[in-house]
Amino acid sequence: MSRHRVKAVAYDDDDFDDGYDSPDPEEQEFVQQCTAEVLTQLRTGEPSVTATRDEVQEALWHYYNDVEKSVNYLRNKIVKEMKKKGSASAPAAKVKGSAVPAYPIPLDLAPREPPHFCAADFFRDSPWLNVPAHRKANILIEPLYPRLGLLGGAPESSGKVSKLAALAAARKKKEGDKASTAAPAQRAEADKRQTLSTEQKGTSLSLRERLAGNGKPQKTESAPSSRPLGKLSRLGSHSPQKKPSPEPIKPNGISQVKPTDTLNKNAVGPMINDEGKKEPTVNIRASPSTFASTIVGDVTRPKMTEPSPLYSNSLDLMKIYGQDLTEPFDFTGPSPDDVVLNAQNSAKGFKSKQSALKTTSDKKNQGDLASGMNNLSVAEKVTVKSKNLDVVSEYQRSNRKNAMNFAVVGHVDAGKSTLMGRLLADLKAVDQRTLEKYRREAEKIGKGSFALAWVLDQGSEERARGVTIDIATNKFETEKTVFTIVDAPGHRDFVPNMIAGASQADFAVLVIDSGTGNFESGLKGQTKEHALLVRSMGVQRIIVAVNKMDSVQWNKDRYEEIEQQVSSFLTTAGFQAKNIAFVPCSGISGDNVTRRSEDPNVSWYTGRTLIEELEATEPYAHALDKPLRMTIGDVFRGSVQNPLSISGRIDAGSLQVGDQILTMPSGETATIRSLEVDGEPSDWAVGGQNVVLNLANIDPIYLRSGDVICRASAPISNITSFTAKVLAFEHLMPSMVDIHRGRLHVAGRISRLVATLDKGSGAAIKKKPKIIAPGTVARIVVDMDHAVPLEAPTRIVLRAGGETVAAGLLE
Amino acid sequence: MRLIKNKIELNGSGTVTLCPEEPEDMWHAYNLIRPGDLLRASAIRRVTTTQETGSTASARVHLTLEIRVKSLDFDPQLSQLHVGGQIVNETQHTKVGQHHTLDLELNRNFTLEKEVGSDGEGVGWDSIAVQMLKDAVDEGGKRRAEAVAVVMQEGLAHICFIGQFQTILKQKVEMSVPRKRQGGSDHDKGLSKFYQVTLDTLLRQMEFNTSATSLASNDPVRPVLLASPGFVAAGFLKHIQSVAATSMPALKRLLPSIVVVHSASGYLHSLAEVLQSPSVKTILADTKYARETKLMDDFLEQLRKETNRATYGPREVEAAVDQGAVGRGGGVLIISNRLFRSQDVAERKRWVSLVDRVRDVEGGEVRVLSSDHESGRRLDGLGGIAALLTFPVVEEDFDSDEEQS
Repeated sequence: MSRHRVKAVAYDDDDFDDGYDSPDPEEQEFVQQCTAEVLTQLRTGEPSVTATRDEVQEALWHYYNDVEKSVNYLRNKIVKEMKKKGSASAPAAKVKGSAVPAYPIPLDLAPREPPHFCAADFFRDSPWLNVPAHRKANILIEPLYPRLGLLGGAPESSGKVSKLAALAAARKKKEGDKASTAAPAQRAEADKRQTLSTEQKGTSLSLRERLAGNGKPQKTESAPSSRPLGKLSRLGSHSPQKKPSPEPIKPNGISQVKPTDTLNKNAVGPMINDEGKKEPTVNIRASPSTFASTIVGDVTRPKMTEPSPLYSNSLDLMKIYGQDLTEPFDFTGPSPDDVVLNAQNSAKGFKSKQSALKTTSDKKNQGDLASGMNNLSVAEKVTVKSKNLDVVSEYQRSNRKNAMNFAVVGHVDAGKSTLMGRLLADLKAVDQRTLEKYRREAEKIGKGSFALAWVLDQGSEERARGVTIDIATNKFETEKTVFTIVDAPGHRDFVPNMIAGASQADFAVLVIDSGTGNFESGLKGQTKEHALLVRSMGVQRIIVAVNKMDSVQWNKDRYEEIEQQVSSFLTTAGFQAKNIAFVPCSGISGDNVTRRSEDPNVSWYTGRTLIEELEATEPYAHALDKPLRMTIGDVFRGSVQNPLSISGRIDAGSLQVGDQILTMPSGETATIRSLEVDGEPSDWAVGGQNVVLNLANIDPIYLRSGDVICRASAPISNITSFTAKVLAFEHLMPSMVDIHRGRLHVAGRISRLVATLDKGSGAAIKKKPKIIAPGTVARIVVDMDHAVPLEAPTRIVLRAGGETVAAGLLE
Repeated sequence: MRLIKNKIELNGSGTVTLCPEEPEDMWHAYNLIRPGDLLRASAIRRVTTTQETGSTASARVHLTLEIRVKSLDFDPQLSQLHVGGQIVNETQHTKVGQHHTLDLELNRNFTLEKEVGSDGEGVGWDSIAVQMLKDAVDEGGKRRAEAVAVVMQEGLAHICFIGQFQTILKQKVEMSVPRKRQGGSDHDKGLSKFYQVTLDTLLRQMEFNTSATSLASNDPVRPVLLASPGFVAAGFLKHIQSVAATSMPALKRLLPSIVVVHSASGYLHSLAEVLQSPSVKTILADTKYARETKLMDDFLEQLRKETNRATYGPREVEAAVDQGAVGRGGGVLIISNRLFRSQDVAERKRWVSLVDRVRDVEGGEVRVLSSDHESGRRLDGLGGIAALLTFPVVEEDFDSDEEQS
């Protein structure tokens, strides 16, 4: 090796001097520069080789003056030539020749000896082999080799060899090997051909090492010092255990190895590391025959000073493994896909490249298909990233206006929807054009006076019949507050819907028809029932809108009569006098709704208008730190993007986008894909807000209105029986009842009357009463047909036969 | 049910041979047959014979078996009665003491024997059993029309068959109908889908012939009651009409028999209100159901108005009977037949003797309500027994643990 180097230096120097004889000076000059560079690199690189100027220039021409590629190509070519020469000549010469091409050998061994792959792979992460792969790679190639070569110029020791290139190289190597193995083949058994070839190569290596040791002693010395101490000591301690007999040779062998390594600068780590590991494999091998020893020469003689063939053998094997290890399994290097991409970039227009590219990309496509099939499932899981906001502090930071819900209740045809329509129209929450449209359409079917109500009565049936069936929500803003109207139906058949609406309300507006006879019938009917219901639902404040005052010519006496009757009734129902407010108004004309009436008949009224009364209401605080509870008001298909949405009001707690929620009673989980607060997209929502949740990862059959949304960490339990303290509105006895809690509406029955209670103290007056009279507070047990999500303290309403029979608190 | 042979002795023992003709007869059989009775009916039994060589052969043989009844299993949905017990007659294929479950079949006679033991075990044909037999045999054989009721509300419908003695919930339809929303037509769409599903289910349950050729046929169509709060039932009728007018002309046959009535909710217990409505009363003139419902309403009314002149619960009623309050002049004992179905002989004897006492000694009226009707279920909620009293009885305070019966 050293001889080559010396030679090369001389040669180069000569050539360098007489290199200016080209027809095109500029181009020629560039070519010369490149040539010089290539030569230098060839000389300095590992293994150092020489090439003629012509060869270099030809290579450069092929590679479009790409120095790196040319270097690779040339090196490979020369190395091969030399190998051929060496194998043909005498053993000694052959050894010299093959010393150089020994490097590529591992590479061709790889394809030929698949078991090595496995072994290397298997031991790859064994602790004693634990030199990081990237380190090996660094030592090996980086500065020298380009990513890929053409014309067989691919760096063989690099990890970035395309398979096609590797195959080509392997084939070439095979040919070379055949020649080289021919002579020393007899020296090992015939049935161990594979081992033999490597062994033989090992022998050659050992010889070369010897040579190297002789030729470059200074390197031999420097190498051990540069070598990590840990490895040395580890090896030293390791080998004696395994092989006691050749122990004295061992250190020597290592020191002999090291020069080789340092000279080669190739696969140092893996070699040494693998050594201890691979010793058993070496052991089972037969020792070289006498013939082989003779041929090889000095192997047998200086056993103590020279490396035994076995040892060098094993070292060589190690080297092979090591290289196997670094090459095909070099995961720190670019992945095959990257190689393809790089190849695309670096070598466009080369056919061989393209074909290689094609095969790899085909494979990749197949892989994609397969993985695609694997990933295929019926329900695609949607993952929504949570922003992990601290919702409560977010809420405190956001300076939102106060938000309040109020329910509009009252007897049927009291003008609830019209009054609210007027409110919305006057506050410009509904545009004039829409109103005109409603007016035209309403007149067309002869219900002109219903035009304002149509703002809220959107259902076709509601419009056709002129009666509100289901609750409608709408919102409007004043300077201080965002109000959400919950317009409840007044008809007695739709009281369940009204209960749903009232359960969302912070306060209530009780609309009363002041018309003659209508007020009286209302007081017996739903005026009374609704007032009782909103009170038992926990509503504290009630605004009584004495509507249709225009129909009684704003008669003050009529107003006062109504005020007196209603306030006495409300007081008995449990409203405090300070929480009751009265406003005479007219929904159809808009007097005293948002503007003070200009009618001279109303001059007697100096109190607040309806909107002023609404604004005077204190906001209601919601339990944000409690576990999440939300009753589903509606399940619907929001849009194409949000195929499943639910709406409702958050009773307690908070939620944000990306949250996992649990629906009860089905017990299914869902993910919040996105959410809207009062119709505006938001990332979070807190108790008291009206939200629309767009859900993912749940089937709609698990969602029904009346179900409760909670968290898996604090779930609401499903119960089939509960005890409640109720206020009886009708006679109570064990019987079938409907149980209402917001939208939740289930059938059940009163199974036991536990006791009647004292209204004030709550002490039991009479145990096991036969019947509970109206107006009494009692404790009862209610059984339900199905498990429903209910928990104390929840306000429930019991109805039977179309009448509210009791309302109370779950215990 | 047809009475084939009646051999009831004076002492209450004896045999009866019956032939069930309608599904509801199975319900009667269920009430008549009690554990300890002897039941003789045809049966199919799989018999496995072992040859001397050890090989086995299995064959299904038709036998007439007599068993001593141990258990009864009644499926009201399908009206099937399975009676389990031990075989008492020896046949070629069976041994005495082997267990067998008889499946009673329509139009196949069965013979029921009740015994009165010398030491009082077994109750024989007591007054209640004889009354039940009379009810079952339905003197004159005139069956009253049974009706189909659809009790619905938005997104919920209960389809049930109202028979003479039973109300069978055939199917419950539950759908999520989107609520009305600003500018959304989902509600109407969802509602019409709900109507269509309900209609399909109803026709399937009625086994209604929907082919176009069936228009000419003269099959009687049972009355169909559509009940709902609000406009749901009316909307459903409108939907049926539009379907009849467009895609399914055979439905026109159904239309005249539909009655729309009001109910408080879509749950089954609203059926009581439905059956009391005048328009239904004209159709189901004098059904047992209507009478029972009326009775229950009367009782509850009395309880409300004059709390002390009505009472319910086993102990309370017994106390009232002891005081002679359930007697001539308006005393009515209302009792659910569930109590007679008790597995415990002593329990049954207790109620039978109470009934006999009220009827025969006190001179009061006794009404046995079917527990499979809505009114019977209401009564079951009150403990299965209630009484209208002739004079107010001041109720005693029963200790809580006593009343847990």
